[in-house]
Amino acid sequence: MARKIPEIPAASLADIAFMLLIFFLVTTTMDVDSGLERRLPPMPPEEQPEDDMPPIKERNVFVVLVNANNQLLVEGEITRVDDLREKAKEFMANPYDNENLPEKTPKEVAYFGQVGITKGVISLRNDVGTQYGTYIAVQNELVGAINDLREELAKQKFGKSYEKLDKDQQDAIKEIYPSRISEAEPKKVGGN
Amino acid sequence: MREVTLKVKVTVPEATELSKLEKKSLVSYIYVGTPHKQFQNVFGSEPRIQLNDQFANTTDILDYITAEREARDEAEVPFMITSLKVDEFTKMGIVTDIKQELRKASALHINYSSRKKATVE
Repeated sequence: MARKIPEIPAASLADIAFMLLIFFLVTTTMDVDSGLERRLPPMPPEEQPEDDMPPIKERNVFVVLVNANNQLLVEGEITRVDDLREKAKEFMANPYDNENLPEKTPKEVAYFGQVGITKGVISLRNDVGTQYGTYIAVQNELVGAINDLREELAKQKFGKSYEKLDKDQQDAIKEIYPSRISEAEPKKVGGN
Repeated sequence: MREVTLKVKVTVPEATELSKLEKKSLVSYIYVGTPHKQFQNVFGSEPRIQLNDQFANTTDILDYITAEREARDEAEVPFMITSLKVDEFTKMGIVTDIKQELRKASALHINYSSRKKATVE
């Protein structure tokens, strides 16, 4: 007489497998890496003397200083990080050709024709004791100011978001609002 | 899903103007933060740099970048990005030193790793 082989009950196997699958799907986090993208300036050649730099007019520079207590001094005024973006935008755009704000050089730009391009430069200097979080917040506002200006121009000219424009159009806008954020060379100074 | 074990505590700051790191294979990471508890009696509680799996000094960055470059295809080297994962409470002194080293190594394309800030509408 043939013995019947006992079977393992497998009816619930699929359900258990599904439950495990869903559990791991939900709990696995893929960390998407994102951040503020910046480009560092190349090292200056050793032999270049300091005073060889072309002079930059005061009205063309937007000075942002951050001290060790994470306080901001923007163009000589104490400012909160929240107000920085508006100030930077006003400086870079200079809509009414105010003579305290940067000069503009006329230039032929594709799609736009003759446009005055700002000579403005944002200069950022921080202290050794500044907190990195504050530094990033400031960088973020400055990058944001330029992004905002580009976005506004894209909307106004092409009726589309800057992201959705093609390469040539983006380049034209980039030419009008260049991203000129310069960070001061770190200085080795004694004291405090 | 991380290639290295973190030996330092890193909470990256918040930002809104983020761009994504497209090609993970072209990214080198530099971590900066206070060492975890079990390393503190050796390495102290001041923020330190971590490269790969070990603590490092600013002087090691040059070698690290060179090694990272050699590990990749020559054609891909110009597109490499260095991602700085720095704790938000770190002082800028150490970050500035790292930036200077990166400039010396001509690894100029960097990314300050940050979290997406919840925006209030």
